[in-house]
Amino acid sequence: MSAINQIVSTSISSSTSTFLGHNNLKNIKPSSVAIPGKINGVVKCVASPSAEKTAYKTKVSRNENLAKLQAGYLFPEIARRRAAHMLKYPDAQVISLGIGDTTEPIPEVITSAMSKRSYALSTVDGYSGYGAEQGEKALFVYLSSQQLRAAIASTYYADLGIEEDDIFVSDGAKSDISRLQVLFGSNVTMAVQDPSYPAYVDSSVILGQTGQFQKDVEKYGNIEYMRCTPENGFFPDLSTVRRTDIIFFCSPNNPTGYAASREQLTRLVQFAKENGSIIVYDSAYAMYVSDDSPRSIFEIPGAKEVALEVSSFSKYAGFTGVRLGWTAIPKDLLYSDGFPLAKDFNRIVCTCFNGASNIAQAGGLACVSAEGIKAMHEVVGFYKENTAIIVDTFESLGFKVYGGKNAPYVWVHFPGRSSWDVFSEILEKTHVVTTPGSGFGPGGEGFVRVSAFGHGENVLEACRRFKQLYK
Amino acid sequence: MYKSLSFAFMPCKTILQPRASIKTQDNENVTSYRTKVARNPTMERLQYNYLFPEISAREAQHVKKYPNAKVISLGIGDTTEPLPDVVALSMANYAHGLATPTGYRGYGAEQGSKELRKAIAETFYKDMGIQDTEVFVSDGAQCDISRLQLLFGSNMSIAVQDPIFPAYIDSSVIIGQTGDVETESGRYQNIEYMKCGPQNSFFPDLSKTARTDIIFFCSPNNPTGHAASWEQLEQVVRFAQENGSIIVYDSAYAVYITDGSPRSIYEIPGAKKVAIEVSSFSKIAGFTGVRLGWTVVPKELMYSNGFPVINDFNRIVCTCFNGASRIAQAGGLASLSKEGFKAVISLVDYYKENAEILLETFKSLGLRAYGGVNAPYLWVHFPGSNSWDVFNEILEKTHIITVPGSGFGPAGKEFIRVTAFGHRENILQASDRLTSLLK
Repeated sequence: MSAINQIVSTSISSSTSTFLGHNNLKNIKPSSVAIPGKINGVVKCVASPSAEKTAYKTKVSRNENLAKLQAGYLFPEIARRRAAHMLKYPDAQVISLGIGDTTEPIPEVITSAMSKRSYALSTVDGYSGYGAEQGEKALFVYLSSQQLRAAIASTYYADLGIEEDDIFVSDGAKSDISRLQVLFGSNVTMAVQDPSYPAYVDSSVILGQTGQFQKDVEKYGNIEYMRCTPENGFFPDLSTVRRTDIIFFCSPNNPTGYAASREQLTRLVQFAKENGSIIVYDSAYAMYVSDDSPRSIFEIPGAKEVALEVSSFSKYAGFTGVRLGWTAIPKDLLYSDGFPLAKDFNRIVCTCFNGASNIAQAGGLACVSAEGIKAMHEVVGFYKENTAIIVDTFESLGFKVYGGKNAPYVWVHFPGRSSWDVFSEILEKTHVVTTPGSGFGPGGEGFVRVSAFGHGENVLEACRRFKQLYK
Repeated sequence: MYKSLSFAFMPCKTILQPRASIKTQDNENVTSYRTKVARNPTMERLQYNYLFPEISAREAQHVKKYPNAKVISLGIGDTTEPLPDVVALSMANYAHGLATPTGYRGYGAEQGSKELRKAIAETFYKDMGIQDTEVFVSDGAQCDISRLQLLFGSNMSIAVQDPIFPAYIDSSVIIGQTGDVETESGRYQNIEYMKCGPQNSFFPDLSKTARTDIIFFCSPNNPTGHAASWEQLEQVVRFAQENGSIIVYDSAYAVYITDGSPRSIYEIPGAKKVAIEVSSFSKIAGFTGVRLGWTVVPKELMYSNGFPVINDFNRIVCTCFNGASRIAQAGGLASLSKEGFKAVISLVDYYKENAEILLETFKSLGLRAYGGVNAPYLWVHFPGSNSWDVFNEILEKTHIITVPGSGFGPAGKEFIRVTAFGHRENILQASDRLTSLLK
């Protein structure tokens, strides 16, 4: 997802399963930071070999939570590898099926709403500042367009008892996850699926909820990892899961692509209820569901007392760069003292955030119009076609392939192999970028995630190359 | 004169109204299910609602009470004038381009587009040695402040000016850096409040300031409008150096400076080793709803163990954020073009003229109005009063929304903040109404 804007080091080793990468920018090493005698851009030449030792340091201690993180965030690392590869092979046609970045243009019904809103901001009647929408000055609460909240509620939660004022519009699920962590604070325990989207674990570490990283098991202390493998059908055995305060659950799942069934989610809600836990349900890929798997946790009776749901327009409308998502928090979701979560989340949103861009919100409103929904389904349908092609390819090569039915990700098994090695091999030999499974947690070792976002011809070409490599 | 105002004096109330708790309503039904997850104790520590939604709520109440009154808002610092065409057009075109194969873009760099980072460095930090790679584009200063708090963690001590934009204190409480509030003073334990008032010309006495890890410093100041001088900022930098502290310098209002005061902390030698700077397009380009800002973290800013702060901030940005909207970034770039910058500055000048008008008004009424020269805020003194009472009186009698000074901290108790954002005719109307009330 990142454009490369840093000088990339060429000495990248991929022999370890925990991915390499210092917890810093590749081109910034402490030794290059202190420039002797540099004052306001004027560099004085000083013959001082121990310049680094005399470089001024503040007396502020580094946040030890940041120090716990083992490496950079997964996706910038993939981007670095891709960039290094492109430098190495400047003539190669590198195809990116790594970072789950949408590639197809946004439907016009949506972009024209955003264009219109942009123009309107240059007019007296159309201009709006903080939080207000279309001239009607909504209360400052929630900082989201009333209209958009109502539209999201009616589009995705009709008859599920989630109302417009339960919806908090945001600049995307990733930001919401961190805001939720800020809400929960450092004294909560959390459970995640293993493998899982890295933001849950990383934000937990940053907030101080975890212990140190244990290299032997590749897990952070104090996090309950709920293993999801082919053996358990990618749904955790809840009878072996310890109680935690928070349970992160992503379905359809990134990276495995598995969509939990109604029966499974019912058990999950039951589990949360028995333990008094809160489920943070990530439904960012719900529109990719092809069968009758639930699209929202709130389809499960009782979920409103134990769960909140995070979602995003990124993978529905190609809004990865536009930035728009939402979190739904039911009024019935209460802390142990009876205080409603939604009230505190509102406080967080008012204090630590200032609303999603009004232009993006205008786009969101168009997304959930009748025409917009139809258009989003078409875009989703296109990526689903890609997914089918990728699934076919790997299956025809004799691989055990998972996911791909209810999500734009294909989870390919390479038993006994290091996922970073497979990643490197695929990259080196086919110039296709994928994502190594262990980047998503120890449960991802032995798997590679292939994303189905890409131009049709690139996906076809990538599959041709896979067939060459693994025939 | 203010003496003729009939304020109902209530016992010294330095804190905002306690938030409307629906706790009792929700707990009516004691059989309703509760999770076993404890509420974050830091959230419990917050004594009141965030200031600006509170003001918004008051406005809504007032409008309900007086449906025919023409309420003029000089409260929340919200820009009012339409965006320049060149800026709006750039965003409209960018949005349009997203519908095309060649114009479509997905995820951007979390740190912002290279061109925008460069443009920011060149426009605001020319000759200060700040590189584009030290500029992190964001969706606004309020978000950046919380991301910086995430970066710093709970084991930090902070100092803030008093009075001050509430986000520094509130985010500090939320992240767990503070103790409980002292009901008497309205101050949170473990925060060092640097009092700024007429008595010290709105610059704190650093000799009386205890060492803290982080020093939040906003100049030009919200709410007092004071822009620190070069000498004063030199003092702050020296103070930070002596104490090994990190300054978080909020320069969101720098373009409002009239009198040659520094616009960036990096104008001060040595600042790059001790300071982070946060700024925003909100008040420069009217982007309060569009959402765009930036934070500068110099490469030479280091923790006590020598680890560069920029590396950790980058990690936060990559993990807890996904970049500012590309459309907003396109608008930002356009606002920094030659034509765009000229246009946005003329809007800044418009608001500055508003401020002049309001200053004149208060002056003619014999009231001490500070600020308004280097910032779009006036800080009006009503000695001996309680700012919530003054706020209510003004609202009730003139239908003008302001912000009570105590919302910005205990030292704001006798002050009212009046913003200069507004359509000219509303500013003039407001001036008339205030004159009638206060004469």
